[in-house]
Amino acid sequence: MTASDRIIPFDHQQSAHCETGVISNLMRFHGMKVSEPLALGIGSGLFYSHMPFLKVNGLPVTSYRILPGHIFKRFSNNTGVRMERRKFRDPLAAMAELDRVLDRGLPVGMLTSVFYLPYLPKAFRFHFNAHNIVVFGREGDEYHVSDPVMDATTRIHRTALMRARFAKGMPNTSGRMYYPEKVPAGADLRRAAAKGLRRTARDMSTTPLPMFGSKGIAFLAARLRNYERDLGPAKARLALGNLIRMQEEIGTGGAGFRFMFGAFLQESATILDRPDLREFAERMTTIGDQWRDFAYEAGRLCKDRAEAHITYGSLADKLTDIGRQEQRFFKELAKAVR
Amino acid sequence: MKKEEVPQDDARMLEGKFKVVKYAINEKGEYEKVPSVGWEPENVALEQAWDVINERVEQARQDVIAGRSSPLAYHMEKNMMDPALLAQHMGSGARRIRKHLRPKDFARLDEHTLQRYAEVLQVTVDQLKRVPE
Repeated sequence: MTASDRIIPFDHQQSAHCETGVISNLMRFHGMKVSEPLALGIGSGLFYSHMPFLKVNGLPVTSYRILPGHIFKRFSNNTGVRMERRKFRDPLAAMAELDRVLDRGLPVGMLTSVFYLPYLPKAFRFHFNAHNIVVFGREGDEYHVSDPVMDATTRIHRTALMRARFAKGMPNTSGRMYYPEKVPAGADLRRAAAKGLRRTARDMSTTPLPMFGSKGIAFLAARLRNYERDLGPAKARLALGNLIRMQEEIGTGGAGFRFMFGAFLQESATILDRPDLREFAERMTTIGDQWRDFAYEAGRLCKDRAEAHITYGSLADKLTDIGRQEQRFFKELAKAVR
Repeated sequence: MKKEEVPQDDARMLEGKFKVVKYAINEKGEYEKVPSVGWEPENVALEQAWDVINERVEQARQDVIAGRSSPLAYHMEKNMMDPALLAQHMGSGARRIRKHLRPKDFARLDEHTLQRYAEVLQVTVDQLKRVPE
């Protein structure tokens, strides 16, 4: 390794979520000002799915967003940003390519596994292989990292980064890296926001199959109602805890995505000059609050501290109600922005 | 969620390293990013997940001490892996891994394979052959 030090001036801003945060930070570097909520909205990142057939550690996956990586894809499509993406078999080749792009003066986004990022708090380090970070410099054996969920930039040793870039599992990170090759100077963010908004509203209200879109919430509710009977008390509690983690902490967006979408609606109201979107934002906030209530009560039950009125049945009722509201919300939103 | 409702339930999950940010409504009715040190239900769910992992690790350790499993079983659990995931990292089949979880087969492993396991499981070869007392 003969590469010399190279640190690219990079304006890091903390974000609520990794993928949207990386988009916002990378675009700002290339002169396109998009906030994190705008990145979420333009990339149509909000979604809902409960997939009993897809299991991690034997527990079904519930997701509040579209597939990892797709927010970026849709964002690029809607704004005309051209991304260069690479994946690798050979870790050394992957690091060499990273060095080459850094030497061109370009910060690089990449996929990593949280488990192998030593700078993150231990409690969060599970085998979650879809964490996005930006590497913007190299100094000796270390790389400078902008991890969007952190308040400041950090560093990682070359060997550790290599490991994180080549984790196996779901999915294999395969050294995936990406960077904007061309960012259009006068991208029409108005049009992009409108497009992203339409797509989210449409996908949430019309995706077929019971487990996808806002009706997927009712689908989960129906299963949740019978958790205790179907899984037994111990496993039911685990499944419930898993649900909370999917909602609040893992890279699935969760209730946080509902609030971020609310922020996007507020921004859209201004840039699209559609004051009615502010009302939609308010409604989204109310729905987000109910997701939080749900998580709160689920947490009580999980810890076995529940007052008598919190049962799997009552949680299911709550969820069904949220599902109904989201369904109405996205149908009306789809109509309003058609 | 209003700005002042952003939960601040610290359970040392973030080890004081940083705060996460959440989007919440400020006094002007606009969304903004607000720092948070954690939230009770999230802490409960995290603790629960770690309890399960720690239990599995301890069970594996006991199995090794009792001679039912090779130390590989312990280090595999410690890395939160199952034979399938470990196999992917080793570039071999899960069956082969399961075989090496047996003390007899583990004892017969050559230096090279031990080295590979040690590398994947982030321990030294010496540590790989033992479990903590």
